[in-house]
Amino acid sequence: MKKKFMCMLMAAAMTLSMAACGSKSDDTNTDANTDGTDSAEVQTFKLGSSGPLTGDAAIYGMAVVQGAELAVNEINASDSKIKFEFQKQDDEADGEKAVNAYNTMMDWGMQVLVGPTTTGASIAVADACYNDRTFMLTPSASSTDVTAGKDNVFQVCFTDPNQGVGAADYMAENYAGAKVAVIYRNDDAYSQGIRDTFVKEATDKGAFEVVYEGTFTNDTASDFSVQLAGAQNAGADLVFLPIYYQPASIIFSQAKAMGYAPTFFGVDGMDGILTMPGFDASLAEGLMLMTPFSATDEANQAFVDAYTAAYGTEPNQFAADAYDGVYIVKAALEAAGCTADMSNEEICDALVSAMTSLKFTGLTGTDMTWNAEGQVSKAPTAYVVKDGQYVKG
Amino acid sequence: MTQKMNKFNSLKKTTKVDFATYLGVIVVFIITTILQNNGSLKRSAIGLLVPICCYMSMAVSLNLTVGILGELSLGHAGFMSVGAFSGIVASQSLMGAIPNAPVRLAISMVVGAIFAAIVGLLIGTPVLRLQGDYLAIVTLAFGEIIKELINCLIIGYDENGLHFIFNPAGNKTVDDLGLSASGTAIIKGAQGATGTATIATFTAGFILVMITLIVVLNLTRSRAGRAIMAIRDNRIAAQAIGLNLTKYKLMAFVTSAALAGAAGALYGLNYSSLQATKFNFNLSILILVFVVLGGLGNIWGSLIAAAALTILPEALRQFADFRMLIYAIVLIFVMLATNNPQVKAFFQKLLPHHRASAEKED
Repeated sequence: MKKKFMCMLMAAAMTLSMAACGSKSDDTNTDANTDGTDSAEVQTFKLGSSGPLTGDAAIYGMAVVQGAELAVNEINASDSKIKFEFQKQDDEADGEKAVNAYNTMMDWGMQVLVGPTTTGASIAVADACYNDRTFMLTPSASSTDVTAGKDNVFQVCFTDPNQGVGAADYMAENYAGAKVAVIYRNDDAYSQGIRDTFVKEATDKGAFEVVYEGTFTNDTASDFSVQLAGAQNAGADLVFLPIYYQPASIIFSQAKAMGYAPTFFGVDGMDGILTMPGFDASLAEGLMLMTPFSATDEANQAFVDAYTAAYGTEPNQFAADAYDGVYIVKAALEAAGCTADMSNEEICDALVSAMTSLKFTGLTGTDMTWNAEGQVSKAPTAYVVKDGQYVKG
Repeated sequence: MTQKMNKFNSLKKTTKVDFATYLGVIVVFIITTILQNNGSLKRSAIGLLVPICCYMSMAVSLNLTVGILGELSLGHAGFMSVGAFSGIVASQSLMGAIPNAPVRLAISMVVGAIFAAIVGLLIGTPVLRLQGDYLAIVTLAFGEIIKELINCLIIGYDENGLHFIFNPAGNKTVDDLGLSASGTAIIKGAQGATGTATIATFTAGFILVMITLIVVLNLTRSRAGRAIMAIRDNRIAAQAIGLNLTKYKLMAFVTSAALAGAAGALYGLNYSSLQATKFNFNLSILILVFVVLGGLGNIWGSLIAAAALTILPEALRQFADFRMLIYAIVLIFVMLATNNPQVKAFFQKLLPHHRASAEKED
């Protein structure tokens, strides 16, 4: 009996260890040198990405790692001299887990990080990257705290202040004298950050008036009747929504149900609303949004088609940011003349000096440049939804 | 020598187990430190050391409430949160006054413990007078309330001292603090504490675990501890022999809260960014899982469970997308196995010494 048990135990242990080997080769793309190019010239770098692949924020993390993976596969399939080995890790949008994920990838030999996805996790990882001298380019963590004081951390997306100021300036120009209500999520760094700079800029400009502010949290993101009634009673004819598109879709349908039809104004988190499953696109008619990326823009069709073919969903701006991120890293590696045998410290130092002189045109912006603080400079484009399509406004 | 051995053999079984627990923790600490110093420990393992120490301390302190006192607490992460954020504020604002990191870390952990103890006292005083499951309900609510309160908190520090804003409407920002040019924001409401100087070390974690063990084990084996367990086992009998129920319950509960606060401070100072949403209901339940898996009232069990369940999700990273699924399956199997009499009997057969002692106990 005891013998039998031990046998089973051994068998189980062996199956487990074999399963482990099998899946290990799954999540890395080691096809870099198989296309017959001269391996002496091809440089294969180890690139890592992380984001929440499980839990509430998984939709953003999945978009980021898939966008990055798509770019890596494209580069590896091309005749580029720079190729990547890619690894993605789940960070659960949590600082502790993100640092664990980062450490795991460093054990693997990661040389450049395109991640993490969310702000809180990125700040924690940025600190580790700064101490280890690992180059970090976050596709989507938009807070200024991510890059502050760290010379080797860069962003692909707009910073929160950038978006808040951009939206306020646009409104001051196009909706002077409007009464504006703001509905935002006050337990979310992204939403709160944009709201703070928006209201500050609005007060400084004085071209329009913020008449109402309504807040919600992750737990109360299913009913907005109180906030909408507040905005309506305050006489707001424009509602600014610095939030993601899922709660916004509820706001639109509830506003319609109560017969309240102001102009809604969103930021980059609103991108993706038209392709949200089960969403009636007519509700978003007339929605203004400022986003660096639009899936319906003709210039982005090749990317959108490739992404849809690979993953079965339309990409949002997170995927586009990560896709750009990989190409930005590639461009910077080329500019700095890095070779694959360099350590992460050497690559980091080379890339830091290359980034500030780099000019990059991708899905999410033309002629993007970076300042020494790691913030990107690109212009957001204002779109308006007309007949279920984004039209440049 | 033989005299000493006799002395050891004449010790009570619980005392022997306690000493074995201390010894185990010390041995593991020494081995880990040696491995870390000669570079044979992977980065991913080194990164886990401090959180494991924090979770061990959390699990042992919760075991005091749940296992020894016999009251269900579902808001242990709330105390950790209080400790973490008060510890971060203390550390960041003392940066200029005390440049020495270990001293500042120790002070921050004491501050975290004190704040968590005060909150524990506030909650425990009314609730522990009641009988039944009220503590579970109140601590559950407490964990959620603390999360929301810290989301409303904006704290900054400059040469004039600390600046606070309590911001329930959510319409104030760091700019409203009125910080001078040299001032820094420490907690920024929903954005949490960012830019924290990470001064936590594994040695500090080890000391925290040892202090937690010494406090909890000595309290349990003391007169007060026997009173606490008497209350757990039979409330009416304990009351009949004249024990002050609320006093002993509070003693256990507040000690538990204070230790959680110290663990929280260490945890908070290990990461440069921390949001209040980290300390949610799920974390409270996770710590409760450590305690239940390790065995109610079983201190060394809590230590092992906390370490194992912190390492497990990281060790499963190679399974990529199936990681959390496998984690759940492993958890279920471990829960089943530890409660299965056949498995227990199997392990007792493997360990003849245990069998002898088990038979003696019967």
